[in-house]
Amino acid sequence: MPESILSAKHLDLWYGENHALKDVSLDIPANRITALIGPSGCGKSTFLRTLNRMNDLIPNVKITGSLTYRGEEIYAPGQDVTALRKNIGMVFQKPNPFPMSIYDNVAYGPRTHGIRSRIKLDRIVEESLRGAAIWDEVKDRLKKPALGLSGGQQQRLCIARALAVKPDVLLMDESTSALDPISTSKIEELALELKQNYTIVIVTHNMQQAVRISDCTAFFLLGELIEFGNTEKMFSQPAEERTEAYITGRFG
Amino acid sequence: MKPTSLSRRRRAWDLGARLLLYASAAITCALLVFLIGYICFRGIPGLSVELLTTAESILKGTVGILPALQNTLFVIVLTILIVLPLGVGAAIYLTEYATNRRLVGAIEFATETLSGIPSILYALVGVIVFCTALHLQKTLVAGALTLVIMTLPTVLRSTQESLKTVPQSYREGALGLGSGKWHMIRTVVLPSSMDGFVTGCILAVGRVVGESAVLMYTVGLSTAAQYFPSITDLAMHPVASLLHLMKDSGATLTVSLYLYAKERADFAVAFSIATVLLALTVVINLLAAWAGRKLKRS
Ligand SMILES: Nc1ncnc2c1ncn2[C@@H]1O[C@H](COP(=O)(O)OP(=O)(O)O)[C@@H](O)[C@H]1O
Ligand SMILES: [Mg+2]
Repeated sequence: MPESILSAKHLDLWYGENHALKDVSLDIPANRITALIGPSGCGKSTFLRTLNRMNDLIPNVKITGSLTYRGEEIYAPGQDVTALRKNIGMVFQKPNPFPMSIYDNVAYGPRTHGIRSRIKLDRIVEESLRGAAIWDEVKDRLKKPALGLSGGQQQRLCIARALAVKPDVLLMDESTSALDPISTSKIEELALELKQNYTIVIVTHNMQQAVRISDCTAFFLLGELIEFGNTEKMFSQPAEERTEAYITGRFG
Repeated sequence: MKPTSLSRRRRAWDLGARLLLYASAAITCALLVFLIGYICFRGIPGLSVELLTTAESILKGTVGILPALQNTLFVIVLTILIVLPLGVGAAIYLTEYATNRRLVGAIEFATETLSGIPSILYALVGVIVFCTALHLQKTLVAGALTLVIMTLPTVLRSTQESLKTVPQSYREGALGLGSGKWHMIRTVVLPSSMDGFVTGCILAVGRVVGESAVLMYTVGLSTAAQYFPSITDLAMHPVASLLHLMKDSGATLTVSLYLYAKERADFAVAFSIATVLLALTVVINLLAAWAGRKLKRS
């Protein structure tokens, strides 16, 4: 296994009284695709959102244990959340482009982080759109509203928007579940390409997808991490009975 | 019952409902057209350059509403300049920053209630607080401050409602890219809720233009000529001349409309003033809509 880039140790999380993550310990390897699977409500999104502190938006969340990014505590009191989120980008379940032009969507992040030069922005926008495999489809209408794109294009635009801030890790929360099969396979191919330069963590309820693209898989159940390891191995000979029951479709 | 009779009955109901809806729409439109038409019909003949550009002169026996026009515009501008930042700021705080849901709920309930209070009560508050306690007397600034209090709930609520319609996913998207909270609000949330500000602004201006009770008691009833700073005054002593302007007292358009109609029974002038008020409202609404579109695009 390569070095781990994100590492959770005895991580617990509560939404008020609801104990949503229970003693989760997990090392996410760099430049690999890690899939989080498990039945709905088991805490996959919750875990994913602890990684870039998107849970900060929700009141009454309590977190204990340790969670590090490149050895640095993510929940340390002095942590610069803005810088953290710049490094750990996120693509959401439903495509959420801003109501602006395609260009402005991609340029949003770089502008936020202080890049003003038109030449630089032009370059970043093109690079990011190429990186997200959507450049050819939109290069002639960069000034058109992003909301005019199809769902699959919007989602790739959101990936481009995330890439534009040059992150290190990309979190994807069921980012293909709202898309048609063709768009889905485009995004899967894209993820496989991106893993050369990025670490990717995906949440998916689609087990074929986990098998197709991920290197490691983490199986969650009721807030607990049941099993974590090499995807191929987990799907061929799961160590845990509950994992086997889930991946063979006996529950969830 | 046979199915055919049932469906026939349903169709009859359908037709009846549709006729009723048409009728209410038609009556509403007819009333509106009649009202506007009647005001214009009675008011336009009395409109003249003299009426619009001079003050009333008892010596010459001429009628002019320039001071009232000035007062109205000044009160509108001053009120909006104060109430917009205040109301929009409070709405942003309440929807984007405040974490105590119960407090926010209580404030929302209170503003809801306040926006339904008859304006004469605000007039009372204005007289007690601004005119008397703060020694502002009957002045444009006392009137504008009272109107700020009166329109604040409206602006606050309409801004809040429009902020709430901005999808949470926009906020998450921006924050997820490492945007700070205020940056996110400024670049993503506010542009998407521009319609709400425009609506709030139009509603507030509408209330200000149409208000008479508050202004009678806080700005005064004089229809005499007003100080108006000349360009040189404004350039040489901007603060002093604006202060002078703010401390003026006098009737606004609605108040002078009341005075002409009620106290002098001069309905020709009253209808002319009404026409001017109508035109003013239309112009302001168009301006606000235009400004909103401009702001949204930039
Ligand atoms: N914003 C929230 N507030 C309170 N409870 C939440 C919130 N989000 C998720 N939960 C709870 O946390 C648990 C895990 O949810 P989630 O992480 O969304 O599961 P998954 O993504 O695996 O479907 C569920 O019991 C859910 O009800
Ligand atoms: Mg989820």
